[in-house]
Amino acid sequence: MADKILNKLYIKIWRQKNSKSQGAFETYELENVSQGSSFLEMLDILNDQLIREGNDPVAFDHDCREGICGMCSLYINGEAHGPDTEITTCQLHMRKFNEGETITIEPWRAGAFPVIKDLIVNRNAFEEIQQAGGYVSVGTGGVPDGNAIPIGQDDAEEAMDAAACIGCGACVATCKNSSAMLFVSAKVSQFAKLPQGKVEGKRRAKAMVSKMDELGFGGCTNTGACEIACPKAISISNIARLNREYLCAKLAD
Amino acid sequence: MSSFMKSSIGKKFFMSVTGLFLITFICVHLSLNLLLIFDDSGDLFNMAAHFMATNPAIKIMEPVLALGFLVHIIWSFVITLENRKARPISYNSGDKVLSPIAPSKNMLILGGLVLAFLVMHIAQFWWKFKITHEGLTAVHVMQSGVSVEMENAYAVVAGLFKSSALYCIIYIVASGLLGLHISHGFWSALHTIGWNNQIWRKRLEVAARILAWVIAVGFAIIPLYFMIKF
Repeated sequence: MADKILNKLYIKIWRQKNSKSQGAFETYELENVSQGSSFLEMLDILNDQLIREGNDPVAFDHDCREGICGMCSLYINGEAHGPDTEITTCQLHMRKFNEGETITIEPWRAGAFPVIKDLIVNRNAFEEIQQAGGYVSVGTGGVPDGNAIPIGQDDAEEAMDAAACIGCGACVATCKNSSAMLFVSAKVSQFAKLPQGKVEGKRRAKAMVSKMDELGFGGCTNTGACEIACPKAISISNIARLNREYLCAKLAD
Repeated sequence: MSSFMKSSIGKKFFMSVTGLFLITFICVHLSLNLLLIFDDSGDLFNMAAHFMATNPAIKIMEPVLALGFLVHIIWSFVITLENRKARPISYNSGDKVLSPIAPSKNMLILGGLVLAFLVMHIAQFWWKFKITHEGLTAVHVMQSGVSVEMENAYAVVAGLFKSSALYCIIYIVASGLLGLHISHGFWSALHTIGWNNQIWRKRLEVAARILAWVIAVGFAIIPLYFMIKF
């Protein structure tokens, strides 16, 4: 069955020349978009139209276009990554939209994620948090035998679930406080559940939370919006674990 | 310690600990208040009020409770203002993920309305019982075979419920708002101190909902009783 064609769409997009300029919304009309095309393909079609008209194309982040790199962002019609569950924007398809609809596209909004241009935000804050402690310091030497370190299946599963975080920032974009707690908790949990990560657990929790606060992210008020928006369905149970890790680390000071 | 208090988790820790403390107070308060509807002579309620007013342990807890309220209230405003600063530009297309009336999104508003009620509540009862003694008469109650003279708190409380339907309605609405506040607050407080995981999450959320209903219905039933019976 052939995909349905959306004859007309109104695309309302945040346009901002650079990080210092004032941005504003612009609405573009787009015709003949197949419902089978992806959301980013729709933006490609729009950009093609803008270039042909001699206008500046819309800048937006994208890379792998298969939901694993964490580059694409976009806050679409009131939802991070748009109206679908457990997907990134690149996995969103136009079949989720209707004929004649106005689609509002905004960049992630957070003080810690300043807009660089149009829909692209600077997510270096996440890198800084990672650099503060999101790693295991491993001494050089031979690779140990996998069976030498027994790890329970449940722990391995939970660590892997947390490690699924691609650092896209949808949690921050969705949270009413622009809190990065889901991201930080996932990065702390993926190590906290494993013996190799436990060694530096206390230092890691303190360093990453302290960096997160310093960068201007808000505090967590447990609304749970982040896990709904998360394309990898990271659970807020990780936030409880981060709270526990942090409080225990502070208690030991 | 100072770095802990300045950290986002540290601030939330104080909110959750004071919140849990205030929930225990509310439970004690509710259990005593329910005596109002189990004895129309007022003796049971008066005995309980007399015990609370004279027991040294309760006297020690009174300033602690006041401190708990102050920390919880002041901290809530500080934290909310700080969190608002984290998003300088808001979304044009709003938020479709959570309902705009979800308690978790409106804790400051719910808490603020409960605070407004609390101010009125303190002026109407606590202030009269402790400071002005206005409208308080003495009553003799038989306690283990001995007649004890005590203040007739029942007359003041029941009198207000019997005389003012408006106050009864405000009281019922405030009970509902408090219930909504606790429906998020209870499990959220435990989550913040780290007592939660995939298994406990559903249990805690159900427990919070049950607790919220018990508190909301428990308090609301008292003015309803006086409105219907008298």
